[in-house]
Amino acid sequence: MALGVSKKEKIDGLAESAGVSLAASAWKRLRRSPVFLTGAVIIGIFIVLSLLSPWLAPQDPSVPMLIDQVVKARNEIPPPQPGHLLGGDLQGRDFFSRLLVGSQQTLIVGVGATIIGLTGGLILGTLAGALGGWVDSIVMRVVDVMLSLPSLLLAFSIAAMFARPSQFTVILAVAIVQIPVFARLLRGSMLAQRHSDHVLAATALGVKKGAIVFRHMLPNSLSPVIVQSTLVLATAIIEAAALSFLGLGNPDDRLPEWGQMLGDVQNVFDTHPHLAAWPAICIIIVALGFTLMGETLREALDPKNRR
Amino acid sequence: MLRYTIRRLVQLIGVVLVLSMLLFAWLRLLPGGPVSALLGERATPESREALTKQLGLDQPIFVQYFKFLGRAATGDFGVSTGVQPGDSALDIFLQRFPATIELSFFAILIAIAVGVPLGYLAAKRRGGWFDNLSVIGSLIGVAVPVFFLAYLLKDVASSALGLPSQGRQDAIDATRVTGFFTLDGLITGEIDATINALEHLILPAIALATIPFAVIFRITRAAVLDVLDEDFVRTAESKGLTAPVIRRRHVLRNAMLPVVTTIGLQTGALLSGAVLTEKVFSFAGVGQALAIGFERRDYPVLLLLIIMATIVYVVVNLLVDLSYALIDPRIRTR
Amino acid sequence: MVHSVTARRRWVAAIGFLSVSALALSGCAQSQRDSGGGGKEGGTLTFGAAGAPKLFDPFYATDGETFRVSRQMFEGLVGFKPGTAEVEPALATKYEPSADGKTWTFTLKEGVKFHDGTDFNSEAVCFNFNRWYNQKGAGQSDAVSQYWLDNFGGFATTPDKPSLYKSCTAKDPKTAVIELNEVTSQFPSVLGFTSFSISSPEALKKYDADNVQAAGDAFTYPAYANEHPTGTGPFKFGKYDKANNTVELVRNDAYHGTKAKLDKIVFKIIPDETARKQALKAGDIDGYDLPNAADWAGLKQDGFNVAIRPAFNVFYLGINQKNNPKLADLKVRQALMYAINREQLVKSQLPEGAKVATQFMPDTVNGYNKDIKAVGYDAAKAKSLLAEAGASDLTLKFYWPSEVTRPYMPSPKDLFGAMSGDLQAAGIKLEVVTKPWNGGYLTDVDQGIPDLFLLGWTGDNGTAHNWVGTFFGRTDNRFNTGVSAWGNTLKDDLAKANSEPDEAKRTKLYEDVNKRIMEEYLPAIPISHSPPALVLKSDIKGVVPSPLTDEKFGPASKG
Repeated sequence: MALGVSKKEKIDGLAESAGVSLAASAWKRLRRSPVFLTGAVIIGIFIVLSLLSPWLAPQDPSVPMLIDQVVKARNEIPPPQPGHLLGGDLQGRDFFSRLLVGSQQTLIVGVGATIIGLTGGLILGTLAGALGGWVDSIVMRVVDVMLSLPSLLLAFSIAAMFARPSQFTVILAVAIVQIPVFARLLRGSMLAQRHSDHVLAATALGVKKGAIVFRHMLPNSLSPVIVQSTLVLATAIIEAAALSFLGLGNPDDRLPEWGQMLGDVQNVFDTHPHLAAWPAICIIIVALGFTLMGETLREALDPKNRR
Repeated sequence: MLRYTIRRLVQLIGVVLVLSMLLFAWLRLLPGGPVSALLGERATPESREALTKQLGLDQPIFVQYFKFLGRAATGDFGVSTGVQPGDSALDIFLQRFPATIELSFFAILIAIAVGVPLGYLAAKRRGGWFDNLSVIGSLIGVAVPVFFLAYLLKDVASSALGLPSQGRQDAIDATRVTGFFTLDGLITGEIDATINALEHLILPAIALATIPFAVIFRITRAAVLDVLDEDFVRTAESKGLTAPVIRRRHVLRNAMLPVVTTIGLQTGALLSGAVLTEKVFSFAGVGQALAIGFERRDYPVLLLLIIMATIVYVVVNLLVDLSYALIDPRIRTR
Repeated sequence: MVHSVTARRRWVAAIGFLSVSALALSGCAQSQRDSGGGGKEGGTLTFGAAGAPKLFDPFYATDGETFRVSRQMFEGLVGFKPGTAEVEPALATKYEPSADGKTWTFTLKEGVKFHDGTDFNSEAVCFNFNRWYNQKGAGQSDAVSQYWLDNFGGFATTPDKPSLYKSCTAKDPKTAVIELNEVTSQFPSVLGFTSFSISSPEALKKYDADNVQAAGDAFTYPAYANEHPTGTGPFKFGKYDKANNTVELVRNDAYHGTKAKLDKIVFKIIPDETARKQALKAGDIDGYDLPNAADWAGLKQDGFNVAIRPAFNVFYLGINQKNNPKLADLKVRQALMYAINREQLVKSQLPEGAKVATQFMPDTVNGYNKDIKAVGYDAAKAKSLLAEAGASDLTLKFYWPSEVTRPYMPSPKDLFGAMSGDLQAAGIKLEVVTKPWNGGYLTDVDQGIPDLFLLGWTGDNGTAHNWVGTFFGRTDNRFNTGVSAWGNTLKDDLAKANSEPDEAKRTKLYEDVNKRIMEEYLPAIPISHSPPALVLKSDIKGVVPSPLTDEKFGPASKG
């Protein structure tokens, strides 16, 4: 019985979109897509910025150098002034520098969550997809349990369970939620290839099972994984902000991160809106960049769109 | 069909048991918890120890878990320590669940009311500026953190439109029947209570609606595009049927199937989004209880609410699957 | 000597200051109380509460949200003069101690009735005392009868834990005699705590008031505490609408004193700070407690009354001597004090009216030593002290709590940020640990894991014992003062001061102890006293801000 497009089946649909020739033809179309290029440019700038920001930042983002201009009693924070383009934050630190350097931690959160999620998913998915049988059953039961929780809620719960919240626990909470998604994706892709010509040919030629998995099956599963990773990069950044907003984020803010900067200023949203607006705008632009790339990639790799 | 349903329900029981065990163990192994919550900065080493003993927190974890299961079987899931201190966790869920259903219902309603026509129009004008604009708009919608948008609505829209920005209802005299404030007013004839509750729902529902909106818009657009290409629409056109008739009779009806499914699948996202939106708008639903629970480390409430959210999520998905099979005759006969 | 025991020199000064702010707020609270005139009759006051009340039986209450609600329905034998921590007669019109200070005779007000129509008399008073003293089972838990345990010690059935309370005798309907086992400076002012309010014996019996159960990881309370609180106060319990998060109290028309002007008080629970502010601005509520200091100026500008209470708290940097032997060296602890720029911290991070703390109690407490001067910021001195102590490469484990605000500690993260910068500038390396307040921070602090930690205290009453006695009255405290030889001396000195029956002598003892604490011991570094505020719409009159945050809405009026 075919049932509705559940979360699982959506993942599986993406998994089927594998194939080398498909990737090649997709790239041809992507190069000309203005939407994809917009996303790519945004992300390019973001990555360069995050790598260079420690040198670009005019001030040290963790030193409260403007503390004497902070007067909580009158709700005063340092205004923009020479050397401090956007003034200071609630602790008298240079806000512009914090925004700049914030790109670095934000990238770390996004990439870290994606790598951990991907690695976890890779291990589970490859095990299940390549070995099949009881390994497959067990892995998929675990994956199903994880998928039966609303994902963001799962991330909240995981983050709440760490006794010592930190940047790492934030990354972990966001990443764990992605593990079952990646696992299912890879498994689906592998299963689809098990009976494909090139795998059958390799088996007939006596290539070892491990070699088949790593040399033939995995590379061919890459494109759906890339799509999913791009999308995860966007959600990870947004989810990290939500965690901070709920008080589940990294409480140590000496090294700034956009989600944390946004989530932490909820009590001054109305009186110092710029403290929230700037990190929010940064998050929105970067998340949009990743989403644009991810969505156009997905479309380009969708076999249905090749007709 | 029946076998499938039963299998899924059995699976659900398994999931809930495993989940409760994991949550219980993890929450119990964490430092602080109920003892810190109850004693605060007045705690002394003796009082801490005495309370730990009194609450049975010094017993082995599996003993505690089986005791918990035993109590849970009688509907006793523990007592809140932070959200509504002293209230039973189950009561908190039961009081607040209608609020979240109400909010989610209106959010979905808004998302459909805006997303479906917009998706339909975008598909009809595929590639035009309207299409491009709304596609990019929906992608931006995904990129904006919900709570930030909620704050914007609360700060800007509430003062501009004079709408209430917090709570479910003003402190007016209203009779409670079902817990659904909008419904209660209609049942008891207290129309002002219903109107008041509706006013309180507008802003949080709009904020929450952005989550399903983006998906509903895109799915509608894609579905309509698919259907427009299909043979029966072309046939209808060649038969000389007028555009509105084709639209009503063929295109929309066929495009609705994936849309209906998507709406069901948004339950999970809505539950998570409700945590953020209800916190911003101080809306006394399950989401707010979760948000406060996380903040104040109210473990009994968190445990029950997370399990309940899972059950709701799984059951709704099951219902969607089943209804999908019922709606689409092609699937039924297959 | 009706209440000479509590007529305290320094409080008089405080009253002068307070009545000014009270007048500014209330128009003229005093004349309203006397004449019963002024202010409009009727109306509903809607007050924004940050959390749900746990229950309505004040005896089992432990938190501010719960106390605020029950305070309006209940009264004790004594009360606190509005706007001060000074004791005044309430349900007792007169109270006198015997010569040895152990027997107190209370003369009760006549013609007082409980909300259920039964009479208030000495029998009822003794019934309440005996109820408290005879708690059983879960009722004896620290988390349940916390205020009794803190102030009266044990129960009838806990011989290993002696109680301050001995007996209560109803001599005649309007005279109750209470005997104590020892002398303490705390009596009778403790009876002014909302916890020790007098409930109707009939209602207590009828609704099974003592039936507290430990269930799972929390406690469940009987019907009396949840639905039928019955006191003598100006307001009666209305209803608790849990679905809409509102608690409603209605006027007690049979009140024995000046009847309330308001028809109703509604407590609307709005957990989110910003939402409370917006609800006030939108007119949904008439006031709320503890507005964020950063909002005071804005709220005032918008025409609201921001009533700043006198600071009745202390915020300190805790030092734990247990783990790092260097911290047992006075020079190192002094270096920490010189290293922190407390002036700057108070100026930039704390609300209007906050002051640098010179000792572990505010100047409104009897025993405050005005001769202690605040040590100024001196990073060079800090470095040289550290060098002298051979601790130039000191690394300390610094804990700060997340997910909490306290009246004395509005934003722990920002306060930590300022302090850590100062300490690092003095060459002290920090190993920073953050844990959620309820999720490990308090546990770790209690178990002596950190070297440095942020904590504070809000006073319950105006006795010095409630402050320094709480902090250093034992040697296995959070600072582990027992590590140093002076820890025991300090403990004994505090015990001696507390049991001194003579007012003047006791004050002198506490003043001396305070001086020694700051100059010879320095077990922790007092940072500041921050005034908490209360914000009300300008048409709410008659609420007097109290240093104990125990505002009564009885005299309040709207419009």
